[in-house]
Amino acid sequence: MTLSQRLKETDWIDVILWLFRAVIIILIVVGIVRKLFFGAGVAYSTKDWLDFITSGLSQGGLYALIALGYTMVYGVLFMINFAHGEFFMSGAMTSAILVGATLDSTGFLDSQPLISIILLIFVSVLTSMVVALLTERIAYRPLRRAPRLVPLITAIGASFFWQNLFRGFFGSAVKPYPVPESLEGRVNIMGFDFLKVRIVVLIASIIALIALYLFVQKTRTGKAIRAVAEDKDVATLMGIDVDRTIAITFAVGAFMAGIAAVLWGMTFKQVNFTMGFVPGIKAFTAAVLGGIGSIPGAALGGFFLGLIEAVGPPLILEGLNLPGVHQLKDVIAFTLLVLVLIFRPQGILGEKMAEKKA
Amino acid sequence: MQTQQWRKAIRIGLLTGVVVLLTCMVGMVETFNARDLIVGVLTLGQVLLFAPALYAGYLATGNDATRKPVSALLRGIVTGLCVALPVIGLIVVATVWPDIRKYFVNISPALLKILTFDQGAVTGSLMLAAVMAGMAALGALLHVIPLRFRRPLIISLAVTFGFSLFSDIPLNIANQFLERTVVRNYFGTKGITPIAAIIVFTLSLVVALYWEFSGREARVHRQATITPAQRSRNRTIVTVISAVVLLLLPWIIGQYISNVVDQVLTFALMALGLNIVVGFAGLLDLGYVAFFAIGAYVTALMTSSGNLGMGQSFWVAVPVAVAASTLAGIILGVPVLRLRGDYLAIVTLGFGEIIRVLVVSDLLKPYIGGAQGITQVERPSIFGYDIISPQAFYYLLLAGVLLALYISSRLRDGRAGRRWMALREDEDVAEAMGIHLVNSKLMAFAIGAALAGLAGAIFASRIASVFPNSFNLLISINVLAIIIVGGLGSLPGVILGAFVLVGLPELLREFEEYRLLMYGVLLIVMMLVRPEGLWPSAVRRRELHAEGEIAEHEGIQPEPVQPLM
Repeated sequence: MTLSQRLKETDWIDVILWLFRAVIIILIVVGIVRKLFFGAGVAYSTKDWLDFITSGLSQGGLYALIALGYTMVYGVLFMINFAHGEFFMSGAMTSAILVGATLDSTGFLDSQPLISIILLIFVSVLTSMVVALLTERIAYRPLRRAPRLVPLITAIGASFFWQNLFRGFFGSAVKPYPVPESLEGRVNIMGFDFLKVRIVVLIASIIALIALYLFVQKTRTGKAIRAVAEDKDVATLMGIDVDRTIAITFAVGAFMAGIAAVLWGMTFKQVNFTMGFVPGIKAFTAAVLGGIGSIPGAALGGFFLGLIEAVGPPLILEGLNLPGVHQLKDVIAFTLLVLVLIFRPQGILGEKMAEKKA
Repeated sequence: MQTQQWRKAIRIGLLTGVVVLLTCMVGMVETFNARDLIVGVLTLGQVLLFAPALYAGYLATGNDATRKPVSALLRGIVTGLCVALPVIGLIVVATVWPDIRKYFVNISPALLKILTFDQGAVTGSLMLAAVMAGMAALGALLHVIPLRFRRPLIISLAVTFGFSLFSDIPLNIANQFLERTVVRNYFGTKGITPIAAIIVFTLSLVVALYWEFSGREARVHRQATITPAQRSRNRTIVTVISAVVLLLLPWIIGQYISNVVDQVLTFALMALGLNIVVGFAGLLDLGYVAFFAIGAYVTALMTSSGNLGMGQSFWVAVPVAVAASTLAGIILGVPVLRLRGDYLAIVTLGFGEIIRVLVVSDLLKPYIGGAQGITQVERPSIFGYDIISPQAFYYLLLAGVLLALYISSRLRDGRAGRRWMALREDEDVAEAMGIHLVNSKLMAFAIGAALAGLAGAIFASRIASVFPNSFNLLISINVLAIIIVGGLGSLPGVILGAFVLVGLPELLREFEEYRLLMYGVLLIVMMLVRPEGLWPSAVRRRELHAEGEIAEHEGIQPEPVQPLM
């Protein structure tokens, strides 16, 4: 092909996209080089960097847990469950206010931390699952054959409904989340100091992720979910109750969100009715990043996003000499989302979905 | 058959009861109880508490009520008792365990007082059950009244309710023209007096009855046989009258209501822009507020007399603001327009958030003022007359909305509109027909952004300052809700939607706290019950009703849409 032919066949959009890509890459490289070799911005010690990385990874574990809900629902229904962040919020708020406050004031929390945490998780998971099942039944199931935008709009509606319902229940003030005393402070592992909470959250989220993976791969119910994701009509022929399986998928996603809610509460020590929105969007980013529809992908995407968010501002943005970089944490996540959707919509592990009609 | 009917009554009753319980628990009943509808007789909270029982009773009994009135009455009573059941549960729990308030902030002694009529838990619960049962029985007995009387009765009840709910409008109009002492006879500080309620009810009942009995069929017949000449004359008359009303409106309704109307028109202008993007081209944009913000910030920067501004006149700033947001629309549009619907929604949402975070960050603070925003934005002036009062801004906004309506209707009926319609239906087929997808989408995006920029420009000068908080995601959702409730792609629908979703909550200050809760419910209910909107466009209505037929052709059984209850 000659050059002129080639030029003629290239869309101007592609040219702009290539330029855009080049600018982003140059910015990232320049930022990193200036930070590492010319010492731009604040100088961080090894301990600081380790803190960035552990907090990033444990944050990533939380994103991964929430992202599973997006990815599994997308897998079976090909819809973005915009209200998933509210499933997470409902669990966090209910467990904090109905159980956490009492546990804390009676001192049970500090004397029996393990039982308390199990209790908190139980309440949180239960609430999230009820909220998820109600949402599915009322806002999604009747509209399964409607045009694509319709369930997305009801999802937005459901999101606002739950947010404001819980605001009505529990008030709009920021409430403390109880943390057992034994999780405060730092722990020394192999000569390095880590924040205890971060390490516990990281381990707990990894265990939950593995458990979910085994559930989907090894149990009959998991098999049914995979079958429905593959082909609903054939699954029906095989004797699978599709409606029930979809409801189970929502419940499982909400189960994970409920666990994430407790871990999140313990990490940040506070809850509020708006807390579901940003983690929801970010977890969706993580799901897309890993390849939406893929469970290992969501886990990978979560950890990756958490890491980038923690390391990105000090490493890249400070290198570019921008002021107030830690305010820009959210910008990194959203920019990453936009970039992934534009340049690699199939994510790291997924099939190409974003441009195709499902 | 018999047991089925009873089961239906119980199910509807319990579901309604849960809804009533929720409205109590989020504090709506208590908040709205402070709002008088008819002074000393009825509060909004009481309507919220008891009207659902009436409706449930009406729903639970069918048309067989005329044949078996006693059975219908009994079923109505059972329905009412079921409605009362969850609420009585709440009373019991809150009485036995007053500490519940520590957890659920809105279960307060005041709420209990309202629920039990201040008669103590036991007597109060019995009274509540009795009233609920009575309301539901009334609802059931509505079926017994012949339709010709039932319809006027319901209409005049609704009119009275609306009149007392929005008593601010007639109150402000009356204040313009009448003596205060005369007005006080008919209006309380909130709501209307019993005399006014009786007058309104009687008047509307008389009119509705007259309408009902003065030959409905003859009217319909006349409507059908109207000649084209007559029709065009009628249209001219309507146009002239509405033009006169629109021009005189701000002076009739006074300053306060004018301000509300200004707010409505600002949102209507934005909604008309988003309607092009979502309604015509089918691209769900959740970051639409970004363009509104750009328009507002550009205007503020150019006209502010503070140290960030350039001190230009408003009329210089407006074209620049519109151009800037159009450009932003194109720049943001290019990379994302290849994405499929729901992905596009999330990416635009991400863009909106990026802009919001950037605006409040330290990064851009030296240029656009960070969280402090920009103040001292210049007011526009025309022929030496400064536009400052809400009434003056009304004309500016009206001009903007009319312009947007004109542009929208021309685009819709032209080639661009057809292209958009085609790609909304099926992108692949549209492309095969030779439509350049990206260009068509970009055009929709750019025009939508331009209208939002215009709205932003006028908004900045009306408020005389811009703050980042005015441009959050809620604005995008609000605008989206307007066009969905009004009817996607329908121009009168968009205006109606703006009045319903922006105007009504502005007038009902008590609603403010629950506005988003209601939006959420409204979006879901709208999609379930009436996806085409309040005032649908003809095309859209046809599409939504054709869907079932297409599905049948393809051999797929359309899943019956399940009713809410």
